[in-house]
Amino acid sequence: MGDFLANLGRSGLNWLSLLGRASIFLFRVLRSQDAVVRRYRLTLAEIHSVGVRSLLIIVVSGLFVGMVLAYQGYITLVNFGAAEALGGAVALSLVRELGPVVTALLFAGRAGSALTAEIGLMKTTEQLSAMEMMAVDPYRRVFAPRFFAGFLSLPLLAAMFSAVGVIGGYLVGVGLLGVDSGSYFSQMQSVTDWREDVLSGVIKSIVFGFVVTWIAIFQGFDAEPTSEGISLATTQTVVMSALAVLGLDFALTGLMFT
Amino acid sequence: MNDARGDDTPHVVVEDLVFRRGRKVVFDGLSMTVPRGRVTTVMGPSGTGKTTLLRLIGGQLRPESGRIWVDGEEVARLSTRRLYALRKRMGMLFQTGALLTDMNVFENVAFPLREHTDLPEELIRNLVLMKLEAVGLRAARDLSPAELSGGMARRVALARAIALDPDMILYDEPFAGLDPITMGQIVTLIRRTNSTLGLTSVLVTHDVAEAMEISDHVVLIAEGRVMDAGTVDQVRAGASQWSEQFLDGRPDGPVPFHYPGDSYRDDLMRERESGHG
Repeated sequence: MGDFLANLGRSGLNWLSLLGRASIFLFRVLRSQDAVVRRYRLTLAEIHSVGVRSLLIIVVSGLFVGMVLAYQGYITLVNFGAAEALGGAVALSLVRELGPVVTALLFAGRAGSALTAEIGLMKTTEQLSAMEMMAVDPYRRVFAPRFFAGFLSLPLLAAMFSAVGVIGGYLVGVGLLGVDSGSYFSQMQSVTDWREDVLSGVIKSIVFGFVVTWIAIFQGFDAEPTSEGISLATTQTVVMSALAVLGLDFALTGLMFT
Repeated sequence: MNDARGDDTPHVVVEDLVFRRGRKVVFDGLSMTVPRGRVTTVMGPSGTGKTTLLRLIGGQLRPESGRIWVDGEEVARLSTRRLYALRKRMGMLFQTGALLTDMNVFENVAFPLREHTDLPEELIRNLVLMKLEAVGLRAARDLSPAELSGGMARRVALARAIALDPDMILYDEPFAGLDPITMGQIVTLIRRTNSTLGLTSVLVTHDVAEAMEISDHVVLIAEGRVMDAGTVDQVRAGASQWSEQFLDGRPDGPVPFHYPGDSYRDDLMRERESGHG
């Protein structure tokens, strides 16, 4: 019992200390955000590496998710004789939930893990120390542009995911299952509300972008400078991001429904 | 101290330095000076905190107590801005080179110039080529860090460290893991860089022969304090028993070969008594 309490206390303290370090880190990154504009070339390069290079996986996944949604939605709707409502069902699922959530999960796996590994390796090979000793602030040179790039890219990727998903749903619903093309889009337009649905999805993806990028960059920065340390940090990024995204999705959905 | 910057003013002064890592005391009242314009080598066994000492001098770590002055400025008390200004006058050569892996050799050497100056591209190019020529790697400017050997990476890092023409260079284990030819190149480069640029060099290493060859001033540290310090001849002549063991590389002496513990005989007898033997 004593051991259990001691372990519980220790892990609690470790968590608090982690949270404290992560918050200080975030504060310093946010304070260095002017570097994003001043060093716009670096920022653009990072947007390319974090955002543009994630496009393929996002587009392909979006297409498949849209196609699966159309299949599943059709099976349910056709029982009620409401197959024409397929467009609305696909679009709502994508814009409100699957777009932001699946994009954030994929983003954590593709770009988040890469950010963690890159920064962790920079730390291990003393590149961050070397920058400091050359009087170059790694917060401005390395972290701030990467943070902004991730924060900006995720909502754009989520929008792309939803758009491609709608096309995927169209291909299956209209192309394969014979839903009327006009109703697919008109249903979508009439059911989807700009503020209620689209905006809530956008807000979610902005929050996810912030959290996932924060976790990814911090894990790299906080990694033990060994190969095991980087491997653990990369895993932690994906696991913690996934849990944070799903937990926050629940919280945000709850808030937006009330 | 600020005003008197004659040749005799020490470049670095460390006074009663205490530093701990967790519960381990790394430095316990360490005091030493680094004379200006000379090559000073800090030697000691592995794990004595030699690299930590460089990081304390460079302001990357803060001492628990005691003070460190570099060029008359107390490092731990400087604001970030003034610390960065001091670091621009201070180059550091890391053991691994610590080159930025997303840039080629040329860009690595140009990095401090691009970060801290507004020089036109043409001038940056000439400066970088001059620095690379000085370390014999002008023709390797298009290689990426991954294509360099350990010794080449260290030479590129040296070119980068002297890019802003600093007053002092800190070398972290510059000879570790090098073949004899590369070692000779690095030894020559350190000595040449020091004399041609007239800067202060601080090396930390445990390679006694190479260090003694190029040093003007030697500081031997162990167990968190200075064991011996002075010119090479002074240290050799008046060496304590510990320093003699270290400099001659003897396996046993004040630093015992055996990790401290119970006597061998007792240990063996105990095994027999407890019935495991």
